[in-house]
Amino acid sequence: MEKKQYERPLIKPLNNGLMNKFGTRTEYTAITNIDGKNVKELLKEFGSPLFVMSERKIRDNIRSAKRVFETRYPKVQFAWSYKTNYLNAVCKVFHQEGSWAEVVSRFEYEKAVNNGVPTNKIIFNGPDKTDDDLVLSIKNDSLIHIDHLDELYRLIELSGEMHKKPRVAIRVNMDTGIYPMWDRFGFNYENGQAWDAINKIIASDKLNLVGLHCHIGTYMLAASAYGIAAAKLAELAISIKKRYNQNISYIDMGGGFASKNTLKGATHLGVDSVPEISEFAEAISSSLLNAGFDNAELPYLYLETGRALVDDAGFLLGTVISNKRLSDGRRATILDFGVNILFTSFWYDHKISPAQEFSFNTEDCVLYGPLCMNIDVIRENVSLPPLNNGDNVVVHYVGAYNITQSMQFITLRPSVVMIDLKGDAHVIREKESVSDVEKNERIIDHLEKFKL
Amino acid sequence: MKIRKNVAQSDSGFIFNPSNGDSYSVNETGKLIINLLQQEKDDEDIIKQITDEYRIDRDSVEKDLYDFKNMLDAYKLTE
Repeated sequence: MEKKQYERPLIKPLNNGLMNKFGTRTEYTAITNIDGKNVKELLKEFGSPLFVMSERKIRDNIRSAKRVFETRYPKVQFAWSYKTNYLNAVCKVFHQEGSWAEVVSRFEYEKAVNNGVPTNKIIFNGPDKTDDDLVLSIKNDSLIHIDHLDELYRLIELSGEMHKKPRVAIRVNMDTGIYPMWDRFGFNYENGQAWDAINKIIASDKLNLVGLHCHIGTYMLAASAYGIAAAKLAELAISIKKRYNQNISYIDMGGGFASKNTLKGATHLGVDSVPEISEFAEAISSSLLNAGFDNAELPYLYLETGRALVDDAGFLLGTVISNKRLSDGRRATILDFGVNILFTSFWYDHKISPAQEFSFNTEDCVLYGPLCMNIDVIRENVSLPPLNNGDNVVVHYVGAYNITQSMQFITLRPSVVMIDLKGDAHVIREKESVSDVEKNERIIDHLEKFKL
Repeated sequence: MKIRKNVAQSDSGFIFNPSNGDSYSVNETGKLIINLLQQEKDDEDIIKQITDEYRIDRDSVEKDLYDFKNMLDAYKLTE
């Protein structure tokens, strides 16, 4: 007789009418395949844990977003937000789909150049641009988005010295009715700083003001805020036209569209509560089209969408190391990946699916990582089928910000593979080795030897 | 370890403790272990029966049985 599939013995108290902080069961299907590749075979071939990026999903996402915006507004240009995920393979998929590059540091700028992005199609954002960075961007005719007055004055000086008129935009922050207001970046709209900066740029005659930029927040759940932001930038553009008879060639609405991840503390799952990209597109395009631009002078709409285009294209596969019982009776499951590579678990309740078939029984548990640190908690409360040592799990929506914010802490970061359109898996970042980590370390002579 | 004599278990895995009115649900292996404990089987018998019936190694069953018995104790289902 063939033996039956084993499941750990479970006993659950039955409570009537009480709220359960672990929530209800959300996982009904095992994720055994990603884009046709078997999860367990992937782990066997590339090791555990393992990041998996789906090329198909990335392309579907950017094509869908372009279609959604282009059907509502005639002039749209996406720029890939490097900080969201700057693995070259990921960036190049976006570039093949027509996205420019949006960078916030020299490091990212150089990555974009090395990836083959024409330098006049690189948008350089962020508060920290050194003189070297500015000189390079001026030479390369990149779009420089000015964050503060010190940068503005320095840029005027440098462009004067170089006898070149760089193309610039200013970043504008504003009240769009959401909290917290991101007023630390750029120039404020309501108190007149933005208008003042615009006047300074035009009066200097050293810079070519071609755009207006904003980035009102991150993981935005209100599409209407983008409508307000677009209306305010359009109002500035129309004021420039009236006063200086100068057209603004683009309005850059930045990023911030939410992905379908679930924020900690949210009352609804992200998939049920996050606005569709079409809602953001409707709000932005309506504001711009109704702002009063002459039809022939409609500015381009630039978008730096990151998270919403790549989060659901990334998966983290891992393995159960052990199960234990905590002193208060809760079940704890220890996984082989921690917050060092899943940084977003600090603010998301990530969806986690078992990678093997399971019964209808579930168990309330805490999921810990392997880091030997108390803060290494992947899920504080989750109701999952009982997991045994060696079982595998799939974490969803990890494509944004995890690889770029990961830390090499006490262990080595895992491989990242991309599954191509044919269903073949390719390593796009090798697992780190000890020599990778020690490569930049130096030993002082007198510390070379010791006797124990 | 003995299961309290008045603890009732249904075929579907519903457990009722009349001493305090609390009820619980157990899965298939949980049900089997409670049945065997009610028959006053010892740990070795229980482990053997589970490893005979299910695809699992002895060490895992031993660890799970220890944990499960602790939970039965914590829920005051034992005497």
